[in-house]
Amino acid sequence: MAPKKKGSHKGSRRKMARKPQAQKPGILQPGVEAPNFSLHATSDQVLSLNSLRGRPVILAFYPADFSPVCGDQMALYNEVLPEFAKFNAELLGISVDGSWCHQAFAEARHLHFPLLADFEPKGAVARKYGAYRHADGISERALFVIDKNGRIAWSYCSPIAVNPGADGILEALEKLLK
Amino acid sequence: MATLKVPVTADDYAQGKSNAAVTLVEYGDYECPHCGHAYPIVKQLQEHFGSKLRVVYRNFPLREMHPNAESAAESAEFAGAQGKFWEMHDLLFENQEQLGGSLYLALAKTLGLSPAALVKALESEEYVEKVSADFNGGVRSGVNGTPTFFINGLRHDAPFDFDVLAPAIEQAMRPAKKTQRKKSA
Repeated sequence: MAPKKKGSHKGSRRKMARKPQAQKPGILQPGVEAPNFSLHATSDQVLSLNSLRGRPVILAFYPADFSPVCGDQMALYNEVLPEFAKFNAELLGISVDGSWCHQAFAEARHLHFPLLADFEPKGAVARKYGAYRHADGISERALFVIDKNGRIAWSYCSPIAVNPGADGILEALEKLLK
Repeated sequence: MATLKVPVTADDYAQGKSNAAVTLVEYGDYECPHCGHAYPIVKQLQEHFGSKLRVVYRNFPLREMHPNAESAAESAEFAGAQGKFWEMHDLLFENQEQLGGSLYLALAKTLGLSPAALVKALESEEYVEKVSADFNGGVRSGVNGTPTFFINGLRHDAPFDFDVLAPAIEQAMRPAKKTQRKKSA
């Protein structure tokens, strides 16, 4: 049973929905080469985007570990992993939280995919992808599907309080096969 | 806006007439506390709108988060195959805190279903495919958590309180009324 007080579902969405958007998002668009990065996946392991060349990558930027809506989004993607696996796609969650925080979050939600720490310099990768909210100091809720050659095939920036779901990701992965 | 990709068919578990003005599809998880909270609200909506509303329930078990969600969904499907879906659906939500094997067997007995047959269905994973099909269809439709509601095929991106859902359903009824007026004019 998910503890209600943590608000891991959408029931607590309402209080976030009132928050005004800090700025108009301008995330990287399809066709652009995905900027490489190397980020901590755990406190002693670093993962580079380029090391995943040859297979599709899903980058899911999200505002923060443990914030009510994110828990929901990452928990959903965790359940959809078998579908992503059908496309041989690697899912990476990215937020400005540190690796210890990610570890606690992943354990609490039983997440089975890497959460990358865009922690120092803070939000540097989110900035490269145009997915940083300067006023708030967190990343947008932005999704990127990167093809096996490292090119952005699809991107989407969701309103910060709306969990974008996984349908757009799956459609983009399907298009890669065509 | 996210839309329902898997249309409602005769294979769905539905309460209400197929020609009702509005169809409300819920993607739910029997172990999700928010779905438990939504359960009486949906009943209230059904009472409020009567025959104008059809309600459809589809499975969206968040298996990693809720270890009993899948078995509960399969138990409801088992009951459904014998014409007792909604009875089991209601009892599961009403006993949400006690989900697990012994509850399912007790509920089967209450509904006059064979507990042994239920055990067999769960062990042989008879309804796993059906539950997975619901889940995957939900993912394709943009279900982004539980409960997720679709009102006449459009995802309801707002809280699920009665005071929010009822006006949204009323609004979905409006265009249909206008069309009727035009026709009669």
